[in-house]
Amino acid sequence: MTEYFLGIDIGSWSTKAVLIDAKKRLAGKCLRRSGVELRKVAEDCRDEALRQAGAGPSGIRRTVATGFARDVIAADGVRTEISCHARGAFHHFPRELTVIDIGGQDNKVIRVSPHGRHISFRMNRKCAAGTGAFLEEVALKLDIPLKDFTELSRRSTKKLSIGAFCTVFTSTEVLSLVRKGERKEDIARGLLASVAARIMEMEPISGTVVLTGGVIAFNPGLKDVFEQDFGLEVLVPPDPQFCGALGAALYALEGAGTERAGPEGAGPKGAGPDVPVPKGRNREG
Amino acid sequence: MPAKRVEIRASGELRKVMALHFEEIRQAAEEGKGKVAWCTSVGPAELLQALGFRVYFPENHGAILGTSRASADLIPVANAAGYSPEICSYLTSDIGGYLKGATPLKRLYGFKGIPRPDVLVYNTNQCRDVQDWFSFYQREFNVPLVGVSTPHPVPALEERHIKGVESQMEALVEPLEKVAGTRLDPGELRRALALSRECTDLWNEVLRTGAAVPSPLTFFDECIHMGPAVVMRGRQEAVDYYKLLLAEMKERLKDRVAAVEGESLRLYWDGMPVWGRLRDLSEQFAALRACVVVSTYCNSWIFDELDPSRPFHSMARAYTKLFINRTEQVKQEYIRRLVRDFRAHGIIFHDSKTCPNNANSRYGMPQRLSKEGIPTLVINGDLCDLRFYSDAQVRTSIEAFTEQLAER
Repeated sequence: MTEYFLGIDIGSWSTKAVLIDAKKRLAGKCLRRSGVELRKVAEDCRDEALRQAGAGPSGIRRTVATGFARDVIAADGVRTEISCHARGAFHHFPRELTVIDIGGQDNKVIRVSPHGRHISFRMNRKCAAGTGAFLEEVALKLDIPLKDFTELSRRSTKKLSIGAFCTVFTSTEVLSLVRKGERKEDIARGLLASVAARIMEMEPISGTVVLTGGVIAFNPGLKDVFEQDFGLEVLVPPDPQFCGALGAALYALEGAGTERAGPEGAGPKGAGPDVPVPKGRNREG
Repeated sequence: MPAKRVEIRASGELRKVMALHFEEIRQAAEEGKGKVAWCTSVGPAELLQALGFRVYFPENHGAILGTSRASADLIPVANAAGYSPEICSYLTSDIGGYLKGATPLKRLYGFKGIPRPDVLVYNTNQCRDVQDWFSFYQREFNVPLVGVSTPHPVPALEERHIKGVESQMEALVEPLEKVAGTRLDPGELRRALALSRECTDLWNEVLRTGAAVPSPLTFFDECIHMGPAVVMRGRQEAVDYYKLLLAEMKERLKDRVAAVEGESLRLYWDGMPVWGRLRDLSEQFAALRACVVVSTYCNSWIFDELDPSRPFHSMARAYTKLFINRTEQVKQEYIRRLVRDFRAHGIIFHDSKTCPNNANSRYGMPQRLSKEGIPTLVINGDLCDLRFYSDAQVRTSIEAFTEQLAER
């Protein structure tokens, strides 16, 4: 009988579930837009991850929830996304790291010790500039699909500086560039560079950097910008958007996380020895 | 599950003392039973007490507006009148309330409106905003505006700093006597100073009980119980109140009663309280078994220089020596000493958007202290304007900070 450990990351933009077994192998994962029915979406993600593993709810030994809405789902423990991204990134790259999580509504710069402890962190100020929400807003204004930013930026031949702190001001700045006849390739790169710049002014960043979160998942070109403009060594884990959920699943496995019941009390507990659990479909994580 | 909070028994007496304070002001303003002086929170309150004024503190009103979350409706009114959303939100809350005719004092203490001042007295030892704030009311009420301009920021306190402030305070006497309609009795001034000093010493002792492990009180308790030290210093009632509160805290020490059940982390709070989120934050810390045991803010009402034998000189020293009026280096040493004395595991800096003078994270102090091995966290927010505050972001930051400290 296989026991599974579930990490659920309920973010502002999307909800992610990662299911692992006791050997830290990925057994299932799911990503959905968070929308407004946060709990239902989280439960759907959990169920989909279980389906991929060929398991039922009783197969989950322990659940840890994370993300801004971590309290909406029943779980055995909660842990902030800061710790979870650090834990997930360290799983892929076990060394001293700076993790940069660029999410839908905020950015975090997290320092991780050589032993995997998160030793300090910084969050962006209360402002969308430099976050996923910022890129979405500008992409909408420019009528360029977000997924095209990377391809466009890689064809850029001119560095444009887009520097406003505020999303609204930045949109105005971008529209001025459009009016001046600047190429969309250069504007796309300028926008990614502005995201990187907002992050680099949060605190001095050096050494090995791991980019996690939804923005890097959709805009791999951001890695190029960090490397070219700031000379950093940048690593991106597989499935960077799932890094927080993976961290939560690892905490679930390690028994960590503040013990806290969700709104309906404790979540699905481990299957007892007499409960048959369908065999999981394990995959390497 | 939320952690159980232990009620402070003296709270009932606190409410009585605060009710007395406001009733005296109400009677003076609305029934002609005395003169009302408005005073900045760290202005020369003792001088005003000695001249028989009922002393009203608009900053206290600002805190009430913030705590009751009335600020949300009032700040925009002041903004529309030309007072920027980026200046002191005590000021904008208070002026917005005046312009709209709204104050919780009506509901809480039976006022008809804010009490009409007979005189406005400021000290710029905290910021320039207080002078601009009181200037607004000078124009509205056409009453005298007098005050003290304190040198800022002061490094080591020297006589040259004090002399100018002392002479400015002495110069207040004549115009205040005119409004009060009485001469200053030096004996009354000495008496007010003696009571203020006693109040300050007792308040200091109450705060020092927080150095015990576990702490018998939290920063959030202190924010409420500091009321008499702010508005009733120089009065016997404040002294009596802190004797009562201190006795209760000593009893808690003896019985090892923890303000936060299962206290496992001890924290320092720097900067202003987030008045509209006191309860939420208090509950979050309690749930995390973290106790905020010491703060810059609550320690700012300790005036240990007050000396009845040298009233003006010692008032000048006390009100110039304030933390907020000092240089970055003095502030850093002060915070470092309190962190050590109170055995705090880390510092939370509240970067209050509209109170830059009382936000100590803007010139690299958290980074410098972190390098010394004191973990720090900066949260963005405001004292009254919750438009500058993100519940989700602050909640996550605090929780992540406690996770970080727990991993050490």
